[in-house]
Amino acid sequence: MRRREIIAGAGAALLASPSVAAESTTLPAELPDGTRAVAQFVNLPDKRRMLRLTDRPPNYATPVNVFTDVVTPNDRFFVRYHLAGVPSAADMDGWSLTIGGDAVNRQIRLKMSDLLDLPTNQVLSVCQCAGNRRGFFDPHVAGVQWPDGGMGCAVWRGPALRDVLKAAGVKAEALEVWVGGADKPPMEGTPPFRKSIPIEKAMDGDTIVAIAMNNAPLPLLNGYPARLVVPGWTGTYWMKHLTNIEVSAEPLKNFWMQTAYRVPAGMFPVQLPFKSQATETTVPITELVVNSLIADPLEGDEVERSGFTIRGVAWDRGTGINRVEISLDGGRNWQDAMLEKPLGPYAYRRFSLPTGSLRPGTYKLMSRATNHAGERQADKLKTNPGGYHNNVPRPIAVVAR
Amino acid sequence: MKPLWITMLALLLCRGALAQDAPAPLKPGTGDDVASAYCNACHTSDYIIMNSMFLSADAWKAEVTKMRKAFGAPIDDETAAVITAYLAANYAVPAKP
Ligand code: HEC
Repeated sequence: MRRREIIAGAGAALLASPSVAAESTTLPAELPDGTRAVAQFVNLPDKRRMLRLTDRPPNYATPVNVFTDVVTPNDRFFVRYHLAGVPSAADMDGWSLTIGGDAVNRQIRLKMSDLLDLPTNQVLSVCQCAGNRRGFFDPHVAGVQWPDGGMGCAVWRGPALRDVLKAAGVKAEALEVWVGGADKPPMEGTPPFRKSIPIEKAMDGDTIVAIAMNNAPLPLLNGYPARLVVPGWTGTYWMKHLTNIEVSAEPLKNFWMQTAYRVPAGMFPVQLPFKSQATETTVPITELVVNSLIADPLEGDEVERSGFTIRGVAWDRGTGINRVEISLDGGRNWQDAMLEKPLGPYAYRRFSLPTGSLRPGTYKLMSRATNHAGERQADKLKTNPGGYHNNVPRPIAVVAR
Repeated sequence: MKPLWITMLALLLCRGALAQDAPAPLKPGTGDDVASAYCNACHTSDYIIMNSMFLSADAWKAEVTKMRKAFGAPIDDETAAVITAYLAANYAVPAKP
């Protein structure tokens, strides 16, 4: 793939199915009252109609109706920062990426032109915040109170991380790859946001340093000019404004690895355990759990009793979606939805179900997905202190007239 | 009441690419000015409102401790006690029996 094609490139067909669903206007009733009081739909300089949870640091959720499409447009893609020191685009002028650490042969510094000279990979992948749907936890837990729009799916393009690392020469004893970005802690005592991934995941060809998102430069708030893309893993590892990489024979020890972003050991299935960061009681949250979302109709909609089509998306950690079932009666009875052609193991898979004619009344719509590993969305919330991995089907009430 | 460094920090952070609204006002009550001053430094005090009303008084105490110990908030014991009491009185749910 040559340079110019990276931004101008093909694959635009994927992007060409505009959403026809109406915009969501209501806030889910399950969110804490305080969240419902401060959250607002707003426009940003390069984002339109996002649900603002907080503006400093910027945390914006994608409205649910956007998920009628597989690809989430850049100007609707969710935004998540821990630290308020967000760089400006001007701060990123002259950007470079250093690669070093005790497990490389030589420290190097790559410019954007160096990345453009490397072979290019592309992956259509969901990026989901570990805390997506934390706001629906019952009982509630502290944190950013995400509804279900702390996620999106995009075409990420750039060199594979392993090709970037190759330039520095990775030693045999490499255990983890540590990554850091340009966003800054608001105060001296706040730990800088740095994360690590196991060397096995770093060497997976689908793990890339993305310099393009949906055939365009990354929006500033999604990590311009380069971010790490770790398909199948929660967004916390997808370092934005990526500026430094260290390959190490040691586990990264800091607040963001050892205290935050951890789940009880054995609670959630993973294919690749993050052994170097595991303790007896907790492990880092890594692979996504199987999940789905109804994007049309929306909560509170009036629907035709002659029948309407339920549409949405399902996704998982990369085994692929095998089945989506839909309930019209709050989870008592289930029927199979139709699945669209899969567009890759890490992408949303669209589903739909025409209801046929219905009696007037209220219907509680739910969807529940099963992946190719046979894992199905949880019937009951697996409570954990961080408020992670909520994949319990959530009823959407609509009224047929 | 508001220490100078907090005002300066807020100014520094506001020069970013994003226009920012003033955070929603905190509920009036003893210590509201202290909470606004100290709990608007690293993030807006909307983080408090967003996380209400479901934390217990103890959970708020733990949050204030976390801000100091894990995130390095320069808040002394006395000020922390004022803020904790304010949060307990205005943003906590009664502890379940
Ligand atoms: C030194 C910086 C700093 C100060 C000062 C500060 N916080 Fe925080 N606070 C943070 C960071 C960093 C986070 C994590 C933000 C995120 O993940 O979006 C956070 C998150 C929170 C959260 C969300 C729950 C959690 O634990 O992540 C609450 C609630 C909160 N802060 C309350 C407060 C209160 C109350 C005060 C005033 C006593 C305060 N903060 C002052 C840095 C600070």
